Amino acid sequence: MESTTQLPISLNPNHGSWLRYLSFSLDHKVVGIQYMVTGFLFYLVGGVLAGMIRTELATPISDYLSREIYNEVLTMHGTIMIFLWIVPVVNGAFGNYLIPFYVGARDMAFPRLNAVAFWMIPPAGLLLIASFFIGGASQSGWTAYPPLSLRTPALGQLIWIFSVLLLGGSSILGGINFIVTILKLRRPGLKMMQLPMYCWAMLGTSILVVLSTPVLAGTLVMLAFDIVAHTGFFNPAIGGNAVVYQHLFWFYSHPAVYIMVLPAFGLVSEILPVHARKPLFGYTTMVYSILAIVFLGLIVWAHHMFTSGTPPWMRLFFTIATSFIAVPTGIKFFNWLATLWGGKIALNSAMLFACAFIVNFVLGGITGVALAQVPFDIHVHDTYFVVAHFHYIVYGGTVFIIFSSIYHWYPKFTGRMLNEPLGILHFVLTFVGFNLCFGPQHWLGMNGMPRRVSEYDPQFTLMNQISSVGALLMALSTLPFLINVIHSAWRGRLAGDNPWRALTPEWLTSSPPPVENWAGAAPHVEHPYGYGIVETTP
Amino acid sequence: MTSLSSASSTTTSTTAQPIESSPELHPSGDQHPSGDQHPSGDHEEHHGDFRMFGLVLFLVGDGMTFAGLFAAYLTFRAVNPLPPGGVYDLELLLPTINTALLVASSFTFHRAARQLRLGESFGCRLWLLITAAMGAAFLASQMLEYFKLPFGLTSNLFASTFYVLTGFHGLHVTLGVMMILIVWLQARAGGSINSESHFGLEAAELYWHFVDGIWVVLFGIIYLL
Repeated sequence: MESTTQLPISLNPNHGSWLRYLSFSLDHKVVGIQYMVTGFLFYLVGGVLAGMIRTELATPISDYLSREIYNEVLTMHGTIMIFLWIVPVVNGAFGNYLIPFYVGARDMAFPRLNAVAFWMIPPAGLLLIASFFIGGASQSGWTAYPPLSLRTPALGQLIWIFSVLLLGGSSILGGINFIVTILKLRRPGLKMMQLPMYCWAMLGTSILVVLSTPVLAGTLVMLAFDIVAHTGFFNPAIGGNAVVYQHLFWFYSHPAVYIMVLPAFGLVSEILPVHARKPLFGYTTMVYSILAIVFLGLIVWAHHMFTSGTPPWMRLFFTIATSFIAVPTGIKFFNWLATLWGGKIALNSAMLFACAFIVNFVLGGITGVALAQVPFDIHVHDTYFVVAHFHYIVYGGTVFIIFSSIYHWYPKFTGRMLNEPLGILHFVLTFVGFNLCFGPQHWLGMNGMPRRVSEYDPQFTLMNQISSVGALLMALSTLPFLINVIHSAWRGRLAGDNPWRALTPEWLTSSPPPVENWAGAAPHVEHPYGYGIVETTP
Repeated sequence: MTSLSSASSTTTSTTAQPIESSPELHPSGDQHPSGDQHPSGDHEEHHGDFRMFGLVLFLVGDGMTFAGLFAAYLTFRAVNPLPPGGVYDLELLLPTINTALLVASSFTFHRAARQLRLGESFGCRLWLLITAAMGAAFLASQMLEYFKLPFGLTSNLFASTFYVLTGFHGLHVTLGVMMILIVWLQARAGGSINSESHFGLEAAELYWHFVDGIWVVLFGIIYLL
């Protein structure tokens, strides 16, 4: 490639030792990498737990794990993947790394708060994992519905609550930081409608975080009171109301789906134009559909509760509101397709993952609209259909985009390219494994296999075994990725400053960037997607 | 307390860049978005103080916690009828005095802030102490009410919600009194809060007004409704 002037990260004198990644660093780029690596380590833990689930489900009887351990494993799998992998990485990692570049700032608005928010995560995660070894982890699923969560062993449940409170606090502090950075820290002259789409996605996400996460915190404190002080908020046996917990929980946890998915929408909007060499189609409609999703995302929570005795008017309202979300989401999909249409598409690893995201997410989105319809939802509620839908959204959607983004921004992080053949191997294994794992679960759910149970009717054996083979492929897919990421950090091809000839501001500086992001003043990027309009400098 | 720590983060991090980079790469010196030591020509100097905006966002989030608890309380009242004899008539005298105390303390705090802007450090600290004393009196009176009530935390659903809501608010008041005392300490002669630099005081004031406002809503929902 062109540049040999830029030394890779290991040799670049402008970069301190790797020990800064273990320090209380205030540099948004270091914090971003900290989020990413920590998140990925927890992804490996959550992946091992997923492997244990699929191993258990390879046979109809509970022979590999006891029922209690199975419940602990599935609870920890969900909690770790959501709160320690997807939310921190898709928000914290890429948000911290990219947002200051995109708004033309040298750091986040509150750098110290940022570091505090990150350093709340490792203790929370370790605490959660440690609960396995001190009296058993929580067994009530990542939703912790009472009265189940009041009957399972109290210690594991309390550790779970404490850990989620810490992670929620971290998320809120991060969200405040993103909103202030995006709204108040833009370089002069940079208008909101000139911002790269990821900024809008993070603004919307952070609004959801600030509005909904505190409600979860209050709810979990009440749940803790029920467990410790034997109050009866959510305990019907002593006059409480378990459905109130579900309302409050989903008031956070439905927006949490958008907290996991909106940033991925933003990231894919950054990646597609670069590798298709075309402007992002429909920028304005993209912005308004993000805002619409934020608004609608706050008023659809009870579609998770159609079997919880919700009155008919509530079912009607939440069905209609949920179906409406398909409109802004559909707008975004057609915009992405139109961005690709007629472009000079480079089918590299980043692009493959991004295109697969579109395929997977359409499937997950369609099953989402189906689940919003009360008659269908009552039929498949708490079956594997829901599991399949959810994983098509967060794995087929968000995790694919996390991988796509790592392939796309790795040269920015390290100054070196990732190996393409290994990347494509990673993609093929992930894509085939993912669809093999979760595709059959639609059928399983439609035919009535309940989720969260370690035993099942023998008629479901074949489909479960296919699903487990898919899970094995997904586990194997991690190997080429790990080898690639570690090997390329030292031996990868030198990338130069802007290997993709991208126009967004983070590429208009050296790779890896200096501590203050730009040697001089921040560039004013009026057309972050001006491919074919603005001259691109190689 | 988060608001205070975030506030101090922006002021101190101008001098606390953790990584030394080669000076030739950024000849303009140490730059930080919220700092005020920027060389002319660099754009960051135009940014106003956005710490208050961060605090407002934090209070919005905090307010959502209360909103969730209020919603739970109202739903419980609407759909979970208490057993006979489970409804208590709350005494209104003490809570009304409490409300008056807290509302008045918002005015005394405001007065302290005005004194500071006028450069009256002594007056400012005096009014701060009065505010803190009123906050402490509120807490003491709340405690007195707790002791006089005929029900405990686990008596029934209403009792549990009552204690959690007032307790959570009391926690906020406790933190607020601590903040006021910290500000009082910092506002001494030669301290970090003076007529030029008074973000800490304004942040504590906004927080105090917020806690005050929450109490008015809480009083209306629990005692009057």
